Amino acid sequence: MDSARRQSGKVAVIDVTGSHTFGELDRLSSRFASWLQSAGIRRGDRVVLMMENCATLVAAFFGVLKAGGVMVVVNPTTKVDKLTYVLNDCAARILFAADRLARVVVPAAASAPDLTAVVWAGGIPTGVSTSIGFEDITKASALDADVRETGLIDTDLAAIIYTSGSTGFPKGVMLTHRNVCHNALSISTYLGLARDDVVVSVLPLSFDYGLFQVLMGVRVGFTVLLERSFAYPYDVMRRIAEHRVTVLPGVPTIFSTILSMAPYDNLDLSSIRILTNTAAALPPAHIGRLMELFPQARLFSMYGLTECTRVSYLDPDRLVDKISSVGKAIPNTEVYLVDENGVPVPPGVVGELVVRGASVMRGYWGNPEETARFLREGEIQGELVLYSGDQFQTDDEGFLYFVGRTDDIFKCKGEKVSPKEIELVLYELDEVAEAAVVGVPDELDGMAIKAIVVPTGAGALDEHLVRRHCRNRLENFMVPKFIEIRDILPKTESGKIQKRSL
Amino acid sequence: MTAFSEAQGSEPSAGGAEVLSNDAVERAVKNYIVESFLLDDGELDFDTSLIESGIIDSTGIMEIVSFIEETYGIEVDEHDLVPENFDSVSRLACYVVGNKRSNHSEAL
Repeated sequence: MDSARRQSGKVAVIDVTGSHTFGELDRLSSRFASWLQSAGIRRGDRVVLMMENCATLVAAFFGVLKAGGVMVVVNPTTKVDKLTYVLNDCAARILFAADRLARVVVPAAASAPDLTAVVWAGGIPTGVSTSIGFEDITKASALDADVRETGLIDTDLAAIIYTSGSTGFPKGVMLTHRNVCHNALSISTYLGLARDDVVVSVLPLSFDYGLFQVLMGVRVGFTVLLERSFAYPYDVMRRIAEHRVTVLPGVPTIFSTILSMAPYDNLDLSSIRILTNTAAALPPAHIGRLMELFPQARLFSMYGLTECTRVSYLDPDRLVDKISSVGKAIPNTEVYLVDENGVPVPPGVVGELVVRGASVMRGYWGNPEETARFLREGEIQGELVLYSGDQFQTDDEGFLYFVGRTDDIFKCKGEKVSPKEIELVLYELDEVAEAAVVGVPDELDGMAIKAIVVPTGAGALDEHLVRRHCRNRLENFMVPKFIEIRDILPKTESGKIQKRSL
Repeated sequence: MTAFSEAQGSEPSAGGAEVLSNDAVERAVKNYIVESFLLDDGELDFDTSLIESGIIDSTGIMEIVSFIEETYGIEVDEHDLVPENFDSVSRLACYVVGNKRSNHSEAL
């Protein structure tokens, strides 16, 4: 937070409650850090945070970092079982949550024996004995309390970000302080972000590219407009115009929604100078229409994964002739493609993307098997490189083109979706005999989630029942858009469901 | 009162035209949200922010739009899709009743 101290009067975050300066966030986060330390948080202890995008969440997670802890930001639409899983998987000591999420947080906290306290933002709901209010902590101390020296070095963990795994159980990606600083520097450098920028984040801070908007904001010293979601697109566009936003980071779903509501006759969007797209490639037709809607903006097509934040970006000057490419490696990162034996493949041949550099994660929390599968020794003895599971090919100039996955994971609304995780939830229904989840091409979302279920005959199985069950068990982005009920699923000779023919 | 008009939250008036009552629309919208997005009835207050409480996201909003369009025969202009109109049961009810009323007076 050095940049915060240099310009403490500048607005760091704008949210629905108003503008918040760097100085204000610095003070709030220090008070919270001091309290966390007094509550027993030591270097490396995990603190889970669950709240919609807002300045309070930003102050809280910086407080965790200042206290020497590890932040674990989870999606505010996470349901009880998943939150319980995360709390126990990372053995969280403290849980910070918005009071409005009590219906999920209270039962999850009751099943997490390692938790010593729940810190509530907004007010304290009944039902949790070890509760304390964030506002009490951060306002109560008239003096700015001292934060004890933590002893942290840059190879200590800063964050664990949970992402979907092919086994159906989420995996915690461990990022060190070095990862975070390096990645924030790399991304903000190639995008050319400056102190006078105003960057909007409609992406949740539980999503790495959302989180990095705030991390880069603090590093560079620009202002971040935090939006709670993109549920009200016109409302967001109105605030983008009002606050003269200069940078709009998004994923294909967000950009296709923006296009579907165009034109914006009453809004002045001319302040936008940079659009960045990540998670999945934009359809070329959408790129063309975005350039018409924002003629003064440069569009960066990017690619990345939580395990190393970002991988590549396409120089906007090459957008016209390389329109379907996600470009080349970001600064201080090397990428190459290998076949199934780990041998590099020539241009034009599909191979698995391997990433090496300071951006690559430490591993998956508490999961040495998966870590060993994704982080393997590279050319240099002892150096671990990231096998991404993403299949790419390059052209003669080395530009990268996404082809597919080595497993059945796909991205929907920018987030990784594990068919297995959804299938496990579907099988919980007594009415479901068999279930298969696949990604289907979708105009709005790139890929949409489709669930095909076969009834057992025990009770009536309909779309409504399936959707309602999914909503109660899964984060909102994982709820299938399409649900089909069939009498039979195609099988291989060995009896495995044949997803390719669905 | 038919089962259908009960679902709509409308009450038959003397002239045969149906007048929407705010309370009835609130109940109908709440029932729909509880039934589609939550299991336990008691947890949704009329003033709860649907976004902040993590109950719905952008897809959920579109489903609520379809629900009120189909149930009340109104058309939601995309510029109306703002939290002031949609972010709680009571705001949704006000929006539906207001929209219905203005359509009604236009028709006259």
